[in-house]
Amino acid sequence: MPASILVNVAVSGLLTGFIYGLMALGLSVIFGVVRVVNFAHGEMMTIAMYLAVVLFSAYHLDPLLMMLPIAAVLFALGYVMQRGLINPFIARPEHSQFMLLVAVALIIVNSLLLIFGPDARSVQTSYAYDSFQVGPIIIDATKLYAAAAAAAVAAGLFAFFRYSLTGKAIRACADNYQGALVVGLDVTRLYALTFGLGAACVGAAGCIMVLLLDVTPALGPSYTLLAFVVVITGGLGSMPGALLGGMLIGVTEALAGLLFTPSAKSMFAFGMLVLVLLFRPQGILGKSAS
Amino acid sequence: MAALLEVVGVSKRFSGLKAVEQVSFNVPEGEIVGLIGPNGAGKTTCFNLIAGVQRPDQGVIKLGGARIDGWRPDQICRAGLARTFQLVKPFAGLTVMENVIVGALNRTNSVRAAQQISGRVIQQLGLEGKRDQRAASLTLPDRKRLEVARALATAPRILLLDEVMAGLRPTETDHMVALFQDLNQRLGLTILMIEHVMRAVMALSRQIVVLHHGQVIAAGAPEAVTRDPAVLECYLGEDAL
Amino acid sequence: MRERLLEGVPRQGVILLSALLAVLLLVPAVASDYLLTVGILILYFAYVGQAWNLMMGYAGQLSLGHALYVGLGAYAAAALYVHFGVTPWIGLWAGMAIAAAAGGGIGYLAFRFGVAGVYFAILTIAFAEFARLGFDHWPWVGGSAGLFLPVANFANNDLVNLRGSPTMFYYVMLTMTAAAFVLCHALLRSRAGYYWLAIRESPEAAQALGVDLFRYRMYVVVLSAAMTSLGGVVFAFYYNNLFPEQVFHISRSIELILAPIIGGIGTLFGPLIGAFLLTTLAEALGEAVRAVGIDVPGVKQVFYGVCLLLVVMFLPDGVWPPLAKALKLDRRSADRSSER
Repeated sequence: MPASILVNVAVSGLLTGFIYGLMALGLSVIFGVVRVVNFAHGEMMTIAMYLAVVLFSAYHLDPLLMMLPIAAVLFALGYVMQRGLINPFIARPEHSQFMLLVAVALIIVNSLLLIFGPDARSVQTSYAYDSFQVGPIIIDATKLYAAAAAAAVAAGLFAFFRYSLTGKAIRACADNYQGALVVGLDVTRLYALTFGLGAACVGAAGCIMVLLLDVTPALGPSYTLLAFVVVITGGLGSMPGALLGGMLIGVTEALAGLLFTPSAKSMFAFGMLVLVLLFRPQGILGKSAS
Repeated sequence: MAALLEVVGVSKRFSGLKAVEQVSFNVPEGEIVGLIGPNGAGKTTCFNLIAGVQRPDQGVIKLGGARIDGWRPDQICRAGLARTFQLVKPFAGLTVMENVIVGALNRTNSVRAAQQISGRVIQQLGLEGKRDQRAASLTLPDRKRLEVARALATAPRILLLDEVMAGLRPTETDHMVALFQDLNQRLGLTILMIEHVMRAVMALSRQIVVLHHGQVIAAGAPEAVTRDPAVLECYLGEDAL
Repeated sequence: MRERLLEGVPRQGVILLSALLAVLLLVPAVASDYLLTVGILILYFAYVGQAWNLMMGYAGQLSLGHALYVGLGAYAAAALYVHFGVTPWIGLWAGMAIAAAAGGGIGYLAFRFGVAGVYFAILTIAFAEFARLGFDHWPWVGGSAGLFLPVANFANNDLVNLRGSPTMFYYVMLTMTAAAFVLCHALLRSRAGYYWLAIRESPEAAQALGVDLFRYRMYVVVLSAAMTSLGGVVFAFYYNNLFPEQVFHISRSIELILAPIIGGIGTLFGPLIGAFLLTTLAEALGEAVRAVGIDVPGVKQVFYGVCLLLVVMFLPDGVWPPLAKALKLDRRSADRSSER
């Protein structure tokens, strides 16, 4: 196999990986701060994807431009979910929280099925078939824009947590819950904010993802699982880890799809997950067992 | 008297912090030994090392002559060492009786036999009236009693007690002291106890080992140890004597 | 386990149980074919729910990939029958062995490497997905095109090859569910049962009392897997076709845990009550929706989701414990539930 094909596929995988990373970033932020495992993560992304499809087919609005409004809708959804539904569950045993979100996921997937039916929907942009050429590498324009958008959102999120007062307050909650309460932070509100941000992340990821994939209701669970694989590989609670994990999974998936059969490519993601769970459960960039 | 429990040169670090350093002491068979020291001295770490929850970085621990360092906690329990936890860990969803049965099953495969053993132990600890109550609904003193009952049900040769008297009223403390004295004298049960309640320590211990900053600073008969200047110094401000 | 099986069960309980058994035995005599199939479904979910309940309710290990064991049992027995004409009564042993090995493998990896809680759950999901993708690419079992069993004449009940009428399957499923019930009841009062509950409540305390955590966790995982696989065998011979996409799919795994959760984790009756409530209400809802004229896929599942949500939020211990209390059937030694 000529090296150029491998490189092309790897680059393509890397770009897709940025989007996986963005999606996983949302999950990581939620888990890192609120310590809740969002089992409805992929399903929330599916909601965003359907919103993008609807807006595109009705008003021809490019999903990338709709990123902000759709992310805002998902933000509101996440905020309300955390505030209303999940908050009383913080102190409950782990499996209760898990089941709550499994229930939410089940409701979302099937509501989408009810509303939109099982057929795949897609978005055909004007630049869908464009590409750039850099030496021997051919880069899909869509993928490049998608990756760039994902990187921009991620950068925005990093900046928020680093430099803004609210961002720092949220990090304080994550580091030391009691301490945060003691200094008077409104932890409930901050948790809701964080969940909202995580949802917004996955909402943006959905807008971007819809350029690359057709959306069906069943997509939700696969992407929840993928988000987990990425986050666990990169390190639960580590934001750079989520991006790194995303890129790693993106590349391995793409190469596995090329070297073996395309439909078996997720087997490698799972293989990686099992290896990480066994040998380095904190992931590549995660902090050691808490 | 032969030493049932031997701790020789045991050390343990946690990420650079020396929790326990070159600690050595013996617990002779049939005796009650008190392990005292200020908070953070390394007493519970010692227990965790002896009971197998942690592995010592250095040193040897022997139970009845056989080395047990590096063994798992359940293996050590089967070998005859039972311990209680400072922060009690009851099986919350189970009744008092069921809690103790779990302990009793250490020595027998038959649940029926375990039930009988448990019934006796529950009576000894004064929990008879609460047999069928769920552990989650017990008061703290009762939880402590349950913790001891469970450990006793495993029919140990040596019992490690981690601050069982904390939070008990003086009459309750006296009752516990009497119980341990009885078990020790009648059944020859060896006891190693971490305690802050000096009343209990002085009443029960034949020997006291004092730990400070992870090291043994004194060991011997209670009267001698409690007058040892080094011990008095580390307890300065503590008005327990 | 020499304890008398009915010891500790309150008198009303024995009477109600006998009545229930009598009713269940007589159902085929009075029910229509449609109701019979609903009954089979209820018993199936009660059975696999009980098997899952062993791991979660008794030993506290959350498995979200239990469809793996259903699928392994189903495919093993079905493939042996289709390719070699082996009767499912022998095929089921192969299924159980394979499922037990898979469960053991997952358990070994998880427990040796300290994978617990959420991570364990994700690990189980990953293995089920692995199987789904793997079987999709395995020609000998039909791959993604599916494995088909020859459909036989309903009139002849061939118990040896499990070919027959719904009535036959109903009784097979009833026997299995009743046997599972009795087995779990006995296990709960055995040494293993006590140890499992101890591990669920506090692994460290259990260890300090002489419980070998690894060994007992392995026991429950292997037992749960083997038990579940038998359900898979019946599944295969009842539906006569198997597709990896469906059999191993995560929605199957979620589906089979709904009954025990809604009924009550860690209780004996939970899976049965849960299966009954869920299936009958879902069927009723389906009928109502069809009657109104909307027949859209997904209604049932939304209903399941809402039920699960409501139960998790307001009845965290499931439906059975408050019901048992009301019926005065909650003698502690007969039925232990985990109320937190």
